[in-house]
Amino acid sequence: MSNVSLQALSISYGKTPILSHLDLEIQGGEFVVLLGPSGCGKSTLLHGIAGLIDVTGGRISIAGQDVTWADPKDRGIGMVFQSYALYPTMTVERNLSFGLRISGLDITEVKKRVAHVAEMLQLTGLLHRKPAQLSGGQRQRVAIGRALVRDVKVFLLDEPLSNLDAKLRAELRRELKQLHQNLGATMIHVTHDQIEALTLATRICVMNKGVIQQFDTPEVVYSHPANRFVASFLGSPSMNFIEGHLQIQDRQVFFESSVLRMDVSHYAFKVPPSSNQGCSLGIRAEHLFPAAESTAPQMETELLLVEPMGAHQIVWLQSNDVSLAMQTEPQMALSVGEKIGIALQAQKISLFDPSSQNRL
Amino acid sequence: MSTDIPSMLSPRPSVQWFTPGRIGIYVFLISAALFFLLPLYVMGVTSIKPMVEIREGNIFQFPLAMTFEPWAQAWSSACTGLQCNGISVGFINSVQILLPSLVLSIFLGSINGYALAFWKVRWGHWAFSVLMLGAFIPYQVMMYPLVRMFAWADIFQSITNIVLVHTIFGMPIMTLLFKNYYGGLPPELFKAARIDGGGFWRIYFQLMVPMSLPIFVVATIMQTTGIWNDFILGLIFAGREHYPMTVQLNNIINSTQGEKIYNVNMAATLLTSLVPLAVYFVSGRWFVRGIAAGAVKG
Amino acid sequence: MKLPTRRPAWSAHAALIPMGTTVLVAYIAGILWTVRISFTSSKMLPKSDWVGLKQYEVLFASDRWATDMVNVALFGVTFITGAMVLGFLLAVFIDQKVRFEGVFRTLYLFSYSLSFVATGVIWQWMFNPTLGIQQSLRSWGWENARFDWITSQDMAIYCVVIAVLWHSAGLVMAILLAGLRGVDEEIAKAAQIEGIPRWRYYLSIVLPQMGASLGTCLVLLAVAVIKVFDAVVAMTNGGPGDATDVPTKFIMDNLFERQNIGLASAASTTMLITVLIIIAPLMYARSRSEKNA
Repeated sequence: MSNVSLQALSISYGKTPILSHLDLEIQGGEFVVLLGPSGCGKSTLLHGIAGLIDVTGGRISIAGQDVTWADPKDRGIGMVFQSYALYPTMTVERNLSFGLRISGLDITEVKKRVAHVAEMLQLTGLLHRKPAQLSGGQRQRVAIGRALVRDVKVFLLDEPLSNLDAKLRAELRRELKQLHQNLGATMIHVTHDQIEALTLATRICVMNKGVIQQFDTPEVVYSHPANRFVASFLGSPSMNFIEGHLQIQDRQVFFESSVLRMDVSHYAFKVPPSSNQGCSLGIRAEHLFPAAESTAPQMETELLLVEPMGAHQIVWLQSNDVSLAMQTEPQMALSVGEKIGIALQAQKISLFDPSSQNRL
Repeated sequence: MSTDIPSMLSPRPSVQWFTPGRIGIYVFLISAALFFLLPLYVMGVTSIKPMVEIREGNIFQFPLAMTFEPWAQAWSSACTGLQCNGISVGFINSVQILLPSLVLSIFLGSINGYALAFWKVRWGHWAFSVLMLGAFIPYQVMMYPLVRMFAWADIFQSITNIVLVHTIFGMPIMTLLFKNYYGGLPPELFKAARIDGGGFWRIYFQLMVPMSLPIFVVATIMQTTGIWNDFILGLIFAGREHYPMTVQLNNIINSTQGEKIYNVNMAATLLTSLVPLAVYFVSGRWFVRGIAAGAVKG
Repeated sequence: MKLPTRRPAWSAHAALIPMGTTVLVAYIAGILWTVRISFTSSKMLPKSDWVGLKQYEVLFASDRWATDMVNVALFGVTFITGAMVLGFLLAVFIDQKVRFEGVFRTLYLFSYSLSFVATGVIWQWMFNPTLGIQQSLRSWGWENARFDWITSQDMAIYCVVIAVLWHSAGLVMAILLAGLRGVDEEIAKAAQIEGIPRWRYYLSIVLPQMGASLGTCLVLLAVAVIKVFDAVVAMTNGGPGDATDVPTKFIMDNLFERQNIGLASAASTTMLITVLIIIAPLMYARSRSEKNA
């Protein structure tokens, strides 16, 4: 199949290193999203895989072949850009066929491929239009079609949805996902939008400052973030954090802080914890809830602000000097200043080391 | 490079920097640079060569006996027609012509552009269209009527005359420059100023002028180059006592009888070109901005 | 509620009076006056008689005028083609991420800052058969080298072309380079991914997008061709014979030296009409495309 393998990859911009000894193995047919904030190196990585920028060390393999020094056109890749980069003075048909014609392919074969791809992407009726006469979705399809006609093994997508308004973005996101299901091709997609990543990816590669923070399925990355960066980058609103320390008592592990004390013995520690070990407890807004009348609350909080979101609401709470966000049903009536006791779903916590920021 | 096991990593193929393609590019660019530089070099070299060497006929050769005498001669004793006071006379004239012309043409251009961009003056747009058309017409078409008009006003062939002429012929491009610039500013700015109580002149002097200093710089560069380099208008409208440097230069070069004193000629040419060259090299990016702005008219 | 009536902005009207006066007096009246004179028999002083198209008959029967028209057409075609090609090549090559790009750009454009008089003088010197390039070639060993175009009836005009090309090619480069850089960078990357060779990319993808810049250059160069005067006077003064004579010089000579104002005005009017015929459709096309944009 068409897997992509990066080994000890290093890329520098002039004297500044952007990526250093990066390893990444992508299986054929996967939809991998490179997710991270601006400047984290995700675009650089994509351009490196494409061959648009030179690497300073390491190796890139596509479908088993070493392409580290190959020209972009010889790597079996197709790329879709943020602006789609369609040739503005050419018709859709020409845009799709131009590269093929240049490469000397037989004209009948060219026409055959263009017709086939056009049908697959529902572009047949638009072949004689110019890019300026197409909608955003149609342009995206032509950009993808350009890669499809060349029968590429891997699709690289450089933030193709970032320029669009929210509604169009959601629509094209669905089209992209549908396309991946139909084609089964390997896709590597760069974005800073975590919703996009969660929706589209089979695996998300979270990056920060040129280093891969975590590479796993959306479910795992969301529920079991490898470090604090990943924990706070995914999810809206951001994960809540409470600083405290661990205490071992009678073979039970407790988390203790100024606002909360709870039993965390069930937690899957990577390394057995020690007493007085510093610890940050993370819990997502949807895993907090007002304590039931019968049970004792785990935290006493005061309500600061309510943000109605339509399908739910976000309630901002304060306990001592700790700020928390809680997600509730929209019907729940709450007033500012109200005192609320809340509880958390114990199974959903994530514990982090305060100094290394890594998951415990 | 990488500290990993070398065998695991791809070796970089031999340096591809000097492909035939890259070499070809540099060859072309350097050849072109030589084409542009050679005449300048020849001019410079000739201007410091003694006539003895010039007669030998190798214009590319560096002088064996360098002399700056031709420069001194060009400046103070070359013959521009009947007088032999050098081209320094022309220099002073050119400066006398340039400064008022700059002020008047740029001031009027900016007022025009400002009024057209922000104020409702219907006939103004018609006038502007005619002005733009006028920019394409050769000076000769209007020359005789202008001569007659200035003669009738008794200012023919004077500094006043040439300054007005430069203003007239500079008006299209100057107005266009400022009109485009002011047109590109957010209109809310102007509306806010009106609401604050500003009138035409107050808004112009207190808001627009400070905001458009860059475009004034561009205008100055364009007009300085254009006016200093002008020949035909200075020839006709400035009058013998006020001939600009370009006219004097042509007189030196083309009206000498007998053997031409080539080194003095070249020195005179360089002297005439010093001001625009200096403007060019100092202004750098601004010069190019001027070109871009002028190109918009096309 | 009754809205207050708008007071006309008197200051704006007043401020535009210089422009209005210039347009009315210098441009409109000036042009009309010239046209009027072309229908008279004015020689040294203007007369207000009417001779119909007589001056035009003289004009079109004139050998010199015929030569001038041929010269300016020849000059125009060669110069514009040369400048566009050279300027385009310079722009493309500079765009190749070369080192010292700034230095090259500065070198190509400096000649544009010189006057046409200086340009004419320099190249007159270079083309000088006894002391210029020809002599240099001979002194280097090519004893029979010939480069005396400037003395040749057929070739002198090309000397003027070379001189003005040297002066103005940088302008074309500057404008086209700006146009080149207005092309979306991602399109270049897309073409690279598709394996489209660089030259083909410039020809088939970039050039079609540069219509506006190319049009601008064409117009500016055409205007320069029509107005060419200084360079000719400084370099050859129209010679040898009439080999480099141009319409503008014809007009100037008749206005001031030969004192035949009627003929000069007929020539001016002819030039005016020619310019309008060339420019009007261009301007119309431009304003149409601006409306659509």
